[in-house]
Amino acid sequence: MTATGATVKEPGSSKQNKTGSWRTFRPTLDKDKCIDCENCVLFCPEGCINENNEIDYDYCKGCGICAEECPVKAIKMERD
Amino acid sequence: MLKVISANRAIAEAVKLSKPKVVPVYPITPQTSISEYLAKFVADGDLPAEYIRVESEHSAISAAVGASGTGVRVFTATSSQGLALMHEILFVAAGMRNPIVLGNANRALSAPLSIWNDQQDSISQRDTGWMQFFAENAQEALDFVIQAYKISENENVLLPSMVCVDGFILTHTVEPVDIPSQEEVDEFLPDYKPTHSCLDPEHPMSLGTFTDPNYYMEARHDMEVAMEGAKEVIKAVNKEFAEKFGREYGFIENYRCDDAEIILVAMGSICGTVKDAIDSLREQGEKVGLLKLITYRPFPVDEMYDTIKNADRIAVLDKNISFGIGGVLFNEMKAKMDIDARGFILGLGGRDVSPEDIKNIVDITRNSTDSNKINWIGLKEEES
Repeated sequence: MTATGATVKEPGSSKQNKTGSWRTFRPTLDKDKCIDCENCVLFCPEGCINENNEIDYDYCKGCGICAEECPVKAIKMERD
Repeated sequence: MLKVISANRAIAEAVKLSKPKVVPVYPITPQTSISEYLAKFVADGDLPAEYIRVESEHSAISAAVGASGTGVRVFTATSSQGLALMHEILFVAAGMRNPIVLGNANRALSAPLSIWNDQQDSISQRDTGWMQFFAENAQEALDFVIQAYKISENENVLLPSMVCVDGFILTHTVEPVDIPSQEEVDEFLPDYKPTHSCLDPEHPMSLGTFTDPNYYMEARHDMEVAMEGAKEVIKAVNKEFAEKFGREYGFIENYRCDDAEIILVAMGSICGTVKDAIDSLREQGEKVGLLKLITYRPFPVDEMYDTIKNADRIAVLDKNISFGIGGVLFNEMKAKMDIDARGFILGLGGRDVSPEDIKNIVDITRNSTDSNKINWIGLKEEES
């Protein structure tokens, strides 16, 4: 539903836009390879990898920076 | 009260009576005197509004959008290059559903540079989501501004309106105009009470936001629904206006069309000339009529077709051209109606149109076998 004039009357509504739908490539983490360095958590521009290295696919746009920055190649990018 | 004034003065008087709270305007020929009259009204305390002296038309319409977002009535005015400069924000005003009213003094677009009249400027804004009303004279200019606010601010419409008057022909000539009293206008046009969009620290909201593909199409579809729905509102407002002020308007004016074999279709001040030419042709027994189109957007297809469907041939007069296809009104009518029409381009850049030209158009319409030809009227033949 769009309000007349596309006005937004509830604060924080950007959470409703699940930008994960933009994704073409999906990052998946191999927990056995992971050394828990948290590089992916720090580098994720969307802030959608939590401290347990779990990826929030509702908002992950599939940019692949986590996979690029992973020192042990524990993250694979696969066609979604 | 009857006063002898120009259409620009008539628009300024209508704005004063409509009591907008914010008036951002940038002067441009031939609209300039609208901005001057309004500046004087504000300086003299006759119009309690914020008059914003902006640095361009892009800023004028941007300030109008911002002001309208705070939930107040807004007016701006421009012409030609100024309207073209506003183009980007005209879409924004309509998309944000700001019921702004804009007075446009119709003038040709450069190049070559011309300050004189045609209707290319407003016609070129036909897809922005603004309603457009074309006045034949100064009285209509005044009446249309007051009605435009009531139509635009209706919660089923919430689209901006453009009231168009032919530059110089109307903006700089004077004629008697009945100016209603403030009390009458106040009764007809109460204060604007925004329901959909209003910046208020107590009830914060975001206006003009980014939308992803999940939302955009619905917002645009809503605009089309509103534009179609505006037709009922325009009818109701026209009726209420007639009851209150005694002057009746519709989407169109039917001038001697009922038994006409040839009907001319035109907008704006040229309709006065056409009516005179029709009167003299009628005296010679020729069955001709005029469909004056007032409401160009929304496009009143049913009302137009009802008026012209029994005529043998239609002549469409365009003071504009879409290069490569011809007059815009001509092509829109051919697209939407089953008619045998001839298209005429005339009056561009202030080229005079005489009653003789109108009679010539009737002759061409009667005799022409080529319905696709773009007929240029008053064009100087090159010397061979």
